[in-house]
Amino acid sequence: MALNIDIAELSFSFGPMSHRLREVSLEVAEGELCCLLGPNGAGKTTLIRCLIGLLTPQSGTLRIAGHDTADLAPRQLARLVAYVPQNTTTVFPFTALDIAVMGRTPHMRITDRPSVGDRKAAQGMLDRLGIGHLARRSFAQLSGGERQLTMLARALVQEAPVLVLDEPTAALDYGNEVGILQVVSELVSDGRSVLMTTHQPNHALMWADRAVLMRDGSVVASGQADDVITAERLCHLYNVPIQLVSASMQGSQPELICMPAVRRVRRDLRDTPNHDTGLPEEGVRDEVRE
Amino acid sequence: MTENDEVPAETTQEPFSKKTLTVEPSSSKVVRDYKLIGRPISSIQSQEPSTTEVVRESTEIEGGRESHARIRRVSYWGLAVVALIILIVLSLGWGRYSLSPLGLVRAAVAVFVPTPASWHLSAAQETVLMQVRIPRIFAAVVVGAALSGSGSAYQSMFRNPLVAPDILGVSAGAGFGASLAILLNFPFSVIQLMAFVGGLIGVTLSIGIAQFVGRGSTVVLVLAGLVVSALAQALISMTQYFSDPETTLPRITFWLLGGLDSVTASSLWLPTILVAVCVVILYAISWPITVLAAGEDEARSLGIDRRLVWGLVLTATTLMTATVVSVAGIIGWVGLVVPHLARSIVGPSFHRLLLASLLIGAGFLLAVDDLGRSASSIELPLGVLTAVIGAPFFVALLAKARHQWL
Repeated sequence: MALNIDIAELSFSFGPMSHRLREVSLEVAEGELCCLLGPNGAGKTTLIRCLIGLLTPQSGTLRIAGHDTADLAPRQLARLVAYVPQNTTTVFPFTALDIAVMGRTPHMRITDRPSVGDRKAAQGMLDRLGIGHLARRSFAQLSGGERQLTMLARALVQEAPVLVLDEPTAALDYGNEVGILQVVSELVSDGRSVLMTTHQPNHALMWADRAVLMRDGSVVASGQADDVITAERLCHLYNVPIQLVSASMQGSQPELICMPAVRRVRRDLRDTPNHDTGLPEEGVRDEVRE
Repeated sequence: MTENDEVPAETTQEPFSKKTLTVEPSSSKVVRDYKLIGRPISSIQSQEPSTTEVVRESTEIEGGRESHARIRRVSYWGLAVVALIILIVLSLGWGRYSLSPLGLVRAAVAVFVPTPASWHLSAAQETVLMQVRIPRIFAAVVVGAALSGSGSAYQSMFRNPLVAPDILGVSAGAGFGASLAILLNFPFSVIQLMAFVGGLIGVTLSIGIAQFVGRGSTVVLVLAGLVVSALAQALISMTQYFSDPETTLPRITFWLLGGLDSVTASSLWLPTILVAVCVVILYAISWPITVLAAGEDEARSLGIDRRLVWGLVLTATTLMTATVVSVAGIIGWVGLVVPHLARSIVGPSFHRLLLASLLIGAGFLLAVDDLGRSASSIELPLGVLTAVIGAPFFVALLAKARHQWL
């Protein structure tokens, strides 16, 4: 399978003292979903900003769909990579349709304005993501999930083979989170390559083909998601005890799910009485014992 | 199960979602969210027949709505242009030496077709019209349009609705240039030229500082503009301090207040052409400006050459503003208030915002100038009047549109 994202020994620093990426290598093939995991400050967003051309790496190569990005003009790059930022809003009252139409920009010249066809494509994409009825609403007044879907629609009308999402589910409720992941996985099965940063190891375990773990600007591990994500690596990555448990839905293969291996300590179930709360606990504890 | 009729088939096939839906059948949120995620997202390249049909149907509806909206929009633009023309005709007649609008229309007809002699203007009327009214009204239209147009471009590019076209020091720079020229007793055309050059130097300094210190950061650019403006203000005060209180000091003061009373027909050609060229440039790149107004990183990820667009916008707006400041002195508030008003009517898409700002700005400054030259026995300075009218107007807009951008 053709490699759509091929990053080799990429390094980036804001100055001699602040290295954000150290020789990062990463590959995502056609029709693959790759999850990028790592604690805050690991360099995930920096990597993505290099990928979409907002930052210029000091060394290393970055190839997208076979093209070295250093040779590409911004507009050419934008035809290859579509980007969904983390959580955006606008100052001015743009409508959701205005925002979605902007995805057609890489296919226009500098003096062009979106055609009726562009507007129809954007409206069609909003319809397909189930938010067509919001097209005339002000983007800034939509909910986080609706904004994220609008940005996804914008990225999709861009018609790029590579889609990069920066924590697409960070601001969403559980239902919208699953919804976005479902949409993304359908895009992947259509042959797009998706690189997605996330703070949820379960996203990688349940949805991704590949996983890349980053820490302090370096890749700690990368490969098949199920191989890469181990309890030991996650504990090391996030500095908390983490366990993987096997769970199965009705009629399907058991899957691994990641859980923190610490629990809330329930005071009323402790053996030793807690003296520093100052609350009358005796009666409660007696009831529990009975 | 009747509750689930509106849920797409593919979600009800799964026992998991069926259970969830029957638990809370009355909750519309649950149903809507499942609709949201349950619809199949087939690829752009290969669509299932059923999906294509749905899309085509909805875009046809959309297309109909679109063309209807377009007709309505065009008629609104027509109305605005007609309103501006009526205002111009009324302004031509308005003033201490008043001319009736009907007489003006007759005279205009008389230029093209043979008419009774009574339709022609008298020599005195013609002098007033050609030497005083037309240049002045033309100047008001050009100055108002240019200030509002560059204000709308600045607000979009800085993604800040509180930005005025003089934020990068163009007005203060021009003010210093003009004050210096007046102090040195240069003729009127040199005063205009030095105001223009002063404005350009002010903005160039601001951009230079921002490039040198902040590597082109927008915040540093605004701060550099503040610094340059403050410096130019100090230098203006210096020229005032050294000027003769009997002769040059009043001239400097009046110039800084802004006004159109010294405008002549011959001095208007060059400014008008410059402003027109700049407006065409801004209109040509209206889509990149719109995308940048929605978000800078997003615009760059959509392949917009940020430096090119910024370069073009700064050049066009600076030339425009410096030109009109050299014609009319420092006139505040127009470039801040009018783009606001325009945006609340036509929305933030820049091609519409620019045109609406030009039209409203022209009409606004013309009306204010009419007021200034007829409200009292002495003419009120234009820059003072725009502030007096603009400030409360701005507060009203702020109260009305607060939820949109604050």
